[in-house]
Amino acid sequence: MPTFTFKGGVHPPQMKEQSRDKSIQKLPLPDIVYLFMSNHLGVPAKPVVKEGDFVKTGQLVGEGAKGISANIHSSVTGEVMGIESIVNASTGRRDQAVVVKRTSEDQWEYVKHDADFKKFTKEEIIQIVKDSGIVGLGGAMFPTHIKMSIPDNKVVDYLIINGAECEPYITIDERIMREKANEIIKGIEIMDYVLNPKKIFIGIENNKPEAIETLKKSIKNKVKIEVAPLQTKYPQGAEKQLITAITKREVPEGKLPIDVGTLVFNVSTVYAVYDAVINGKPLVERGITITGKGVKNPGNYWFRIGTKVSDLLNFVGIVEAKIDRILYGGPMMGIPIPSIDLPTFKGNNAITVLTNEEILRRRTYPCIRCASCVEVCPMGLQPYYLKKLADARKNDLAQENGILSCIECGACSYICPSNIDLSRTFQTTKKVIQAIQKRRG
Amino acid sequence: MRLSTEAAPHFRTNDTTQKIMLDVLIALTPAVIVSTWIFGLRALFIMLFSMVFAEVLEYVTVKFLKKQKDFKPDFSASVTGLLLGMNLSLGVNWWQIMIGVVVSILIAKHAFGGLGQNFFNPALVGRVFLMISFPTAMTTWYQPFYYKSPSIMTAASPLSMLSEQGIDQVLSNYSYWEMFVGKIPGSIGEVSALALIIGFIYLLVRNRVKVMIPLSYIGTVVVFSSILYFVDPIKFSNPLFHILTGGLMLGALFMATDMVTTPMTPKGEFVFGVGAGVLTILIRSFGGYPEGVSFSILIMNAFVPLIDDWLKPRIYGTSKGGAEN
Repeated sequence: MPTFTFKGGVHPPQMKEQSRDKSIQKLPLPDIVYLFMSNHLGVPAKPVVKEGDFVKTGQLVGEGAKGISANIHSSVTGEVMGIESIVNASTGRRDQAVVVKRTSEDQWEYVKHDADFKKFTKEEIIQIVKDSGIVGLGGAMFPTHIKMSIPDNKVVDYLIINGAECEPYITIDERIMREKANEIIKGIEIMDYVLNPKKIFIGIENNKPEAIETLKKSIKNKVKIEVAPLQTKYPQGAEKQLITAITKREVPEGKLPIDVGTLVFNVSTVYAVYDAVINGKPLVERGITITGKGVKNPGNYWFRIGTKVSDLLNFVGIVEAKIDRILYGGPMMGIPIPSIDLPTFKGNNAITVLTNEEILRRRTYPCIRCASCVEVCPMGLQPYYLKKLADARKNDLAQENGILSCIECGACSYICPSNIDLSRTFQTTKKVIQAIQKRRG
Repeated sequence: MRLSTEAAPHFRTNDTTQKIMLDVLIALTPAVIVSTWIFGLRALFIMLFSMVFAEVLEYVTVKFLKKQKDFKPDFSASVTGLLLGMNLSLGVNWWQIMIGVVVSILIAKHAFGGLGQNFFNPALVGRVFLMISFPTAMTTWYQPFYYKSPSIMTAASPLSMLSEQGIDQVLSNYSYWEMFVGKIPGSIGEVSALALIIGFIYLLVRNRVKVMIPLSYIGTVVVFSSILYFVDPIKFSNPLFHILTGGLMLGALFMATDMVTTPMTPKGEFVFGVGAGVLTILIRSFGGYPEGVSFSILIMNAFVPLIDDWLKPRIYGTSKGGAEN
């Protein structure tokens, strides 16, 4: 099987065995949900409910602002307890959240829908996606309706569906592809109808042969859609690396994929689009892998957005004594959470519970110029050099050497034999540079 | 429940600096064994003494002079010490070895800031220092297996014989096979190309080495010496002779591949190897010294910051590398 790939990258242990063969189960409805008004990238939504209101499942509670923003819907049926300001570990600040206490089983509020999506115009479908509050579910949480609204002077040559799932431990996209292949193909057809690309690729790492086979079968004789098997290598699922692997095109510095005629959507996002357009369901639940050595029953689940992490973990059971850290996401890019009382959000594709045994506590040694970091950097940067510049606060030089191109995949930190914190330093330095740029205007 | 909030990535490779250095020591073992077989226990003593003294000196330096309390040996000094020992002649005394080690560890390494900061290969700096300070001791070559027949002790190395008596005289004394296995006079650890290649293959398998440098270095030596050989086969020796004699194998496989003092990209490594190859043949063919590997590598070491700045990798989505600095 010929496979596509990019230059650089690392091979961390995959750790997918403990959950990849477990089918997706529905979790019990939570008693309380916290719905961040920032459940997406961009401007926070505006709450449209107040304390004491009764809301149905799927009812709008936060309306997307102008520009880059997205709607947010209640994920349970119940009573609004109020609007609180709580810690949002994904943005790193306190954010407004609508708190809904569940009072009964689901009573659904649907958006308009029709079994035959071709009765809608393209604009109507984008409107449905917007109304449904769909955002990029691979983790970036960029509002999908904006990505689908192509400027007049741009064309989509290649539509890429991202099923790479290169993060260790996470298996939810794989399960969705294996269990919901027909729905995903339907979702792709909706995307095809709106975007009209020349060719559609579904990129899947070749460590998921069942998913590749299932999708190939579901595609049948649709010549426009093709499964592109990818080499299993981290970060194969990063947007730019995926585009280059499949199309050989490179997204220029500071530009968007659409500027080179490509668009990338995650398989979970495509499934959400299917659910919204065909079933009329707003984005109130999604799939998640709850995994890690600290979890008693690792597996894949459907959960309601805004459920507390502690509710998810109570259901799967945890080995409390050994836990070192709990992550939103997987071990390469996951965000550690300070407390399990925090809620989940739309971008959560995994909760990984890592134990003491999995965390290597090593001393940091001086750089021996082994060049491993240069070799693995998928962006062609020189991490060892950027680290020197960043440590010396030479931000201008760091910028000239491409620090803002860093995608923070962590490949350099992973491979460093001296255990130097490369990507962590770059995260901080990038934030500093961006803050200064913002202030200068 | 107390949760750690250390930022990503949460997984790290198992590789460590110590493991890399230990692998280099393992890779040098075949050459150490063959050299002991050819030159006897005195050779083993020189190599081990140099290695142990280097490690002890580094420990004392970092722990007490630099006052780094939590220092743990990373074995890089052992590699330096062993390589220095392998680059010495059997004629050196114990105090000469100590001087070499002090120059390597204190001057070439720690005066520049310690591990990872030095511009020049410490073992080579030590070796060149000894060669200039004690030329007689450093160029007194012993016959292979001299310990079995103590009547004839010393001999000329193939390279010094070449510069004095010409290629025919050398080839009448030593066959290419003897040169390949290592049954020739020379520095303790450099004689056996075979053992060095076996060790290098180990490093390759373990993915511990910048492959491009040995390829371009030896390749350049072959190409450049072939050109000279075709121009004048009497005055200049053939490429096979060049790669099998002197310190070329040890230099190209283990000294020019020292991570700290070589470029960071394959392109840079290529340039480094070509430069070292050209310099080696120039010194051997036209220079005052019969051997030029140490000098070539040290000269190229000095160019590494320039090479790194010149041949940066191309940043994704740009047409150029990083900006000039």
